[in-house]
This record gives sequence, structure tokens and C-alpha cells, in this order.
Amino acid sequence: MYEFRMPSLGADMEAGTLVEWLKHPGDKVARGDIVAVVETDKGAIEIEIFVNGTMGKQVVTLGSKVPVGTTLAMIEGVAEEKPLPRAAPRAPVTAAAKAPPVAGPAAAALAEGVHASPAARKLAQQRGIDLAKIKGTGPDGSIVLHDVEQAAGPPAHRGLDLDRMRQAIAAAMARSKREIPHYYLATNIDMTKPLAWLQTVNASRTPGERLLPAVLTLKAVALAARKYPNFNGFYDSARGFAPAPGIHLGVAIAIRGGGLAAPAIHDCDRLGLDELMVKLRDLAARAREGRLRSSEMSDATLTVSSLGERGVETLYGVIYPPQVAIVGFGRIAPEATVVDGQVVVRNVVNATLAGDHRVTDGHQGSRLLQEIGAKLQEPEKL
Amino acid sequence: MTEADIRKLVIAELGNVAPETDAATIDPDTDLREALDIDSLDFLNFLEALRKKTGVSVPEPDYEKLLTVNRAVAYLVLKSAR
Repeated sequence: MYEFRMPSLGADMEAGTLVEWLKHPGDKVARGDIVAVVETDKGAIEIEIFVNGTMGKQVVTLGSKVPVGTTLAMIEGVAEEKPLPRAAPRAPVTAAAKAPPVAGPAAAALAEGVHASPAARKLAQQRGIDLAKIKGTGPDGSIVLHDVEQAAGPPAHRGLDLDRMRQAIAAAMARSKREIPHYYLATNIDMTKPLAWLQTVNASRTPGERLLPAVLTLKAVALAARKYPNFNGFYDSARGFAPAPGIHLGVAIAIRGGGLAAPAIHDCDRLGLDELMVKLRDLAARAREGRLRSSEMSDATLTVSSLGERGVETLYGVIYPPQVAIVGFGRIAPEATVVDGQVVVRNVVNATLAGDHRVTDGHQGSRLLQEIGAKLQEPEKL
Repeated sequence: MTEADIRKLVIAELGNVAPETDAATIDPDTDLREALDIDSLDFLNFLEALRKKTGVSVPEPDYEKLLTVNRAVAYLVLKSAR
């Protein structure tokens, strides 16, 4: 018998609200299956299980808010499985509160003959709202997003609550600035060669198959972290630094309307560029829909962030505890630079490292940045 | 496809890549990146969706020609007529 417990989805998480069971008593469960949805400050997270067995008694009822480590269900028939380390249950946070049922898709939302924008239709479908019953305020009386939002009322449980997400970011970043002695390094990396390589690769591909520069930088960071493992892991004040067994890069993804998520792409150093691109695309879409998985929320070992597309030259990152480093990238832009005594124009990106001084020093940090730059000069080997 | 069909398609696909926003109500001459807060990943998804519906595969050097609704419509009208 294995106890399936409320996981910790970040150092700042103390409790979560169970909003949906995706497996029911008697259902077979396998390692990696998504079995439940839990609402946290970071949105609704799909919770995976890491043993094989059969779903037994579900001891926590829907709508209950329970502390990290609380047993949610019993898993039967678990043989020779090593359960993951479990957090000790904490004192109850609040009395269980009944959550409103999660709205399902409604065929009525697709009603023909109703003029509605795609965004309005999508929200109506998600929230189970009949468009035919809404009065549109858009052009020619068409239904726009605002109309559906008005009709829908407060947000459903599955999805993002940006106010709560802001609170979670505030808690994590305040802890980071309070506890982690950051040091900062910056360097310019010549992106001329990797961009030219990318252009050649992408020329014969459809848009859906093309690679973005972000994939190159992610892979370069992952490979550099493999060489310098002291930047890839977790710091605990009692036990000190523990390098992580895998390189699971947290990818900072901006949420439209405000908010930020940094879910993990697992084993980035082992993924090919095409595979990495597929995962990045999928992760960004799910982060914005509020459909991330528990392992993605809890497993990131080193974060990478980029604001280059918004014109930012240099990104000074704040480390996400208990991680010990964050790598940032600014915009890639042509710049006059000197090569072999000649002034030439090169495409350059400013790469930064914020490191935890309890674990590494600037000297090691400079070598990490240097390695990232070196890896990018051989894009075909990434 | 007529120009009206293409415009409808462009707005629908923008709505799909940025469902939190309302593409139907934006100024058709505004930069999409600013109006809808879309990034390069969203833009690739937008182009791929257009390719599937129109058969027009936009090459990288032409990205700048699709950065507003009106410009995207004009580009696709031109390319799909060929």
C-alpha cells in the first residue's frame, strides 16, 4: 500500500486544494500518470503519480485544502516501488471548503448562427456557457470576450488566478532576496554563427517545425551546467548545497496579463534541439492555460530567463529558491565590435548569471558563462 | 479565399494563439506583439495555423510583413492568389 500525498510544488507552497480526481477507485495507475488536479497559488496543477498500482480509497474530498504531505489517496498493489521522499504533514491550514464544481465544455457554446469572437467562443466553451443567452456588445452585436467574462462570473478553478500567482511570486522572490547572497555577472556572446546556422536550418522547414534561438541558448546552458554542476541543484540551510541528479531547466514564461511561471523541461542536456523545441512550445502553451504538471513545478534545477524579445539588453535575474543560479538573456542585436583588429558588425546577446554566493563564486560563474558562449559557437553540435 | 475570408481567418487564429485577449477588437494597424502581447513562440504557432488553412508557408525573412492584421491579410491575399 502506498500513500499518495499532497506534493510540494515549490519551496513556498504550504497547502493545496484538491479540485479534481482524474483517476477513480479501481483504476490502474502507472508512473507518470496524471491522477489529480490541485489548485495552488501558482494555478491549477496536474499532479502525477510515481508508482504503478491501482487507485484505492480517496481520503480527501474535492474542495478540501490540505497541507503538503497529507495523504490524498491509497494506492494498492504497489510492489517494490521506491516512493519519492515525502514531506512531513503539517498542521491543518484551514477547514475544508467546498469548491464549486468545475465547469465542463458545453456544446451550446459552439452554437451556430451566433456571432462571437474566437476568444469569446473559447472561454464560453471552457466555462460551459451558452452563447445564445448572452447579449453581445461588439460590432453588430457580436459577442466579445468581455461579454462572456461578465456572464461567467469568477474564474473557474482550472486556470490561472493572476492575483494569487502574484502573491506566490512575491513570497518566493522576497525569500530569495532575503536569504540568497546574489552575485551578478554579464558577458556578451556572439550570436552571428548560431543565427546563421538557424536561418539555414529553418529555411526548408514549415513554421511549425522551425527552431527559435531560445532553444539554442537553453541547450547551451544545459550543457554548460553539466560541466559546472555547482550551478545545477538546491541549497538547504541545514545541509548545504546538493547537486541535482538531472539537468531540468526552469524556463521563465511570462503570462499575458501579468504573472510568471518557470516550469521545468526535464533532462534538457539530453534532448535534441527539435525535441527541446516541441517541449518548449508545449510547456509555454500549458503554462498560459494553467495546465502545468506537478513534476514541472517542483523539479527545476536551474532557471533560464529571456526578455530579449521585449528589447531588454540585460536581464538581472532573481534566483528561485532553493535553486542556486539563474541565467538571463537579453535581446540579440547587431553591434559594432572588433574582430582581428577590424570593426565589424556582429549579432550579439548579453548573457547574465545571478549566482548564490553560498555555493559558487564569480570565478566559477565566469567559466559557466564562457562555456555557454563556447557551446553556442558550435550550434550543429548542440 | 476572399479577402474577407482571410481577415476572418487571421483574427480567428490570433484568437487561438492568444486566447486571453480579444483579437477581434484590436486596431488592425497595431503591432500584434504589442496589441496581443504575443512572443515568437505564439507567432510561429500563428504562422503554422495559417499555413495549414491557406497553404502559404511564410519564410523567416517575411515575418515583418505580417506584424499587423492588415499587413497579414494583404500578404496572404497576395500569396494565396499565386
